[in-house]
Amino acid sequence: MRFENLEDLEHRRRELEARRAEGARVRICAGTGCLAGGSAHVKAAFETEAARRGLTLGVDFRAETTGCHGFCEEGPLVVVEPGGILYRRVQPGDVAEILESTVLGGIPVERLLYRDASGKVCLSEKETPFYAGQDRQVLHRCGHIDPKEIDDYIRTGGYRALGTALSMEPEEVVRTVVASGLRGRGGGGFPTGAKWESCRRASGTHRFVIANGDEGDPGAFMDRSLMEGDPHSVLEGMLIGAHAVGARKGFLYVRAEYPLAVEHLGRAIAQARERGLLGRNILGSGMDFDLEICRGGGAFVCGESSALMASIEGRAGEPRVKYIRSTERGLWNCPTVLNNVETWANVPLVLLRGEKAYRSKGTSGSPGTKVFSLVGKVRHSGLVEVPMGTSLREIVFGLGGGVLGRGRFKAVQTGGPSGGCLPEEKLDLPVDFDRLVEEGSMMGSGGMIVMDQRTCMVDVARYFIGFLAEESCGKCVPCREGLQAILAILRDLTEGRGRPGDARRLEEMGRALSDTALCALGQTAANPVLSTLRFFSEEYREHEENHFCRAGVCRGLYVSRIARESCVGCGACKRTCPTGAISGETKKVHSVDPTSCIGCGACLDTCAFGALAAAPREGTTR
Amino acid sequence: MPRSCDTLSAPSCPDLDAILARHPAHPRYLLAALQDIQAAFRHIPREAMVRVAAHMGIPESRVYGVATFYKALSLVPKGRKTVKVCMGTACHLRGAPGVLEALENALGIAPGDTTEDGAFSLETVNCLGACALAPVVMVEDTPYGAMTPARVASMLEKERDHAV
Repeated sequence: MRFENLEDLEHRRRELEARRAEGARVRICAGTGCLAGGSAHVKAAFETEAARRGLTLGVDFRAETTGCHGFCEEGPLVVVEPGGILYRRVQPGDVAEILESTVLGGIPVERLLYRDASGKVCLSEKETPFYAGQDRQVLHRCGHIDPKEIDDYIRTGGYRALGTALSMEPEEVVRTVVASGLRGRGGGGFPTGAKWESCRRASGTHRFVIANGDEGDPGAFMDRSLMEGDPHSVLEGMLIGAHAVGARKGFLYVRAEYPLAVEHLGRAIAQARERGLLGRNILGSGMDFDLEICRGGGAFVCGESSALMASIEGRAGEPRVKYIRSTERGLWNCPTVLNNVETWANVPLVLLRGEKAYRSKGTSGSPGTKVFSLVGKVRHSGLVEVPMGTSLREIVFGLGGGVLGRGRFKAVQTGGPSGGCLPEEKLDLPVDFDRLVEEGSMMGSGGMIVMDQRTCMVDVARYFIGFLAEESCGKCVPCREGLQAILAILRDLTEGRGRPGDARRLEEMGRALSDTALCALGQTAANPVLSTLRFFSEEYREHEENHFCRAGVCRGLYVSRIARESCVGCGACKRTCPTGAISGETKKVHSVDPTSCIGCGACLDTCAFGALAAAPREGTTR
Repeated sequence: MPRSCDTLSAPSCPDLDAILARHPAHPRYLLAALQDIQAAFRHIPREAMVRVAAHMGIPESRVYGVATFYKALSLVPKGRKTVKVCMGTACHLRGAPGVLEALENALGIAPGDTTEDGAFSLETVNCLGACALAPVVMVEDTPYGAMTPARVASMLEKERDHAV
C-alpha cells in the first residue's frame, strides 16, 4: 500500500493504533547480544508452549521480537506485557513457567527477576536502576517495536517528523536543526546544522546524504543497536536531511561485521519503497529520494569521512587532505552531507518536538541526549542513554552498577582508541563534547570502558597504540614511525625490558606526535599514552624501574602471593596452577613458591575470597 | 592446501556470471561484487578479478588495489569456516588474548592463516560490537560469548563440519 500524501500516512497510523490489541504479549530481545544467548530459541519455545495451551498466536497471545533492550549483560531478556515484568537470562526451559504463571496467572516468576546490588527484587524496567536512571529518547523505540515491521514504526508515530519537514521550506528545516544545537554523534561534535547549511549553499547539480554506520571504535555499539533495532529512524532522519539540502540519493555505509544491521536496514528500505516513503514524489510533496546500502570491507580508517566516500566510489578507502570540505566536494566531487547513524536518528526528534524542546535536555554547548555503551569490568554491560552533561559517576555506578565482581574501580576509558583514561577522582566530570577534552580524553562516539585493579594501565596503552599503529595509513612520518617507536617502548615495558627514563621518552614522543601529525588519527593517537602517564605514572615507574606489574597482567612481571588472613584453603588456585607452585592442605592456608611461580596469572581470578594478589619478584627493588 | 577452484568453469565452482549479473557495470559496485565473490569462492580468484575489471570497464590494477586493501577480501582461499576472535577493548580486558592463544594452539595456525584441511581460518577483528558477551568469538555468523581458553576445544568440535 502506497501513501500518496500525509493524510494517508496519518490514516494508516490511526488504523494501526486502533487495531492494536493490548492483549497479553512478550517482548523478546533479538539484538546481537541476546541472540547469542539463545533468544531465538526462547521465542520458538513461547510459540510452541502457547500453541500447546490452545492459545491462538497473534490473538490471545503474541511473542514479539524486538531490537536491543540495552541490558545486554543480563540477556536473553524477556518483558511480559501488560505490566512490563522484566525477566533476565531466560532460557527455553523457563518459558512454560512464564506462560503459566505470569501471562496466564499474573504472578511473577521470582527467580528470573533482576535483583539490584542490595538484593532487592526489581519487577519491571522502571524499578531496575539500569533503566530508571536513563532518558531514552533516541532509543525510545528500541526494544519496543519489531524492527522488521514498518507498521510498528508508523504506529508509534514514525515518519510524522518527515511530514513536518516536508511541510516546511528546506531552509526552514536547516534553520531548525541549526537552532537545535545538534552536534555530530560520531565523536567530532561538529554542528550538524552548519554542515547542512554549507552543503545546501554549495553549487552542484547532484547532492548526496550519507549515514556513517562504520562503527569502528572498539567498545562502541550504539549505532549497531540503532540500525538493528530501529532502522526506520535512521531512514527518516536521512529523508529529512535530503529534503533540507536537496539530495536525491543517499547511502548507508555499514560495517562488515554487522550482518544483522545490513539485513534490517535492507528490509526497512524495501518496505519504505513499497509505501512510497522512498522513491518518486514522496508523500505527494514532489520530493524524489532513494537509498542504497554499502557494506564496509573491514577497514577502521573507512570511518573517516573522506575514506568512507572513497570506499563507496569503489576505491581503496584512503583519506584525503580536506582543504575543501566534503559538504562542498564530497562523494564523486558533489556536495555531500555525511552524518553518523545516531545523529540521523536524532533528526526526527528535533523536527517533531521543535528546537526548544530538544535544547531542554543536555547542556547548552551539547544539547540533547547521548547513547553510551558501557563495557569492560562493569557490572551491567549494555547501552544507556542519558542527557549530555550526566556525570561519569552516575553512568558507571548509577546505571552500570559499579565494578564487576570483587573488583575495585581504577579507570574509565572514553573516546575510543584515541581517547583517554580517567581515574576515580575525575568521576564527577559531566560528560559532553567539550568537558572531557579539557582532561585529556574525549567523549568520542560514546564507548565507555570500565577498568578495575586487574587492568594494567601500561598494557592498556600498549593495546591502543598497537591498534592505532596497525590502522595508521602511513602517509605522514610522525604517525607511521612515531607510533612504532612508542609501541616498541610499551612492549619493552610490558615484557620486562623497561629501562629508567622510558616514561619520559614516551611523553616526549607523544607530544611530538600530537603536534606534528597530519590528520586527526595521528594528532590524537598519543592520548592513550599521555592520559595514562598523567594519571597512572606510578605504574609506569614500577614497570620501568622494578619490572613489576601490580595488576598481574604483564606476564612474568610479578609472582602470586596469598594473603594468609583471607585464604580458606579451598584449593581452587592450586588446581589451576600450571607449574605446581601452589601448595597447601585442604582447609589450611596455602602458599606460593615464588621460585616456581612464572607469573602467568592463571590463579589470580580463581580465588573467590580475594586472597591472591600480584607481588614483586624477589630481587626487584620496590 | 585448502580446496579451491582451479578453473572457474569447473562444474563444482560457484557461478561467477550470476554474481556479476547482480551488479551493475559501474565501479561503484566493485567492492560489493568482490564481497560476493569472496563469499562464494572463499577468496578472490585471479581470473575473477580479470572478469570483474572487464565487466565494470576499469583497469585490472584498480580491482587488485581494492581486493588487497580491505581486510574482508583475500587473494588466498579461506577455510570453510572463519573463526573471528574479537580483540576489542572490552574483550581484551576480559581475557581475549588467552582465548586467541588457545585457538592458535588448538588449530596450529596463526591469525590470518588457514588450517591444512581447509576447515578453519583464524582471524582477529577489532570489535564485534557484542561487548557484553566479552570475550567473544564468532564462527561464521554464530557468536560464542564469555569464551574461555577451556571452552575452545568444545566450540571447535561443534563447528567442525564432519560431512566434508
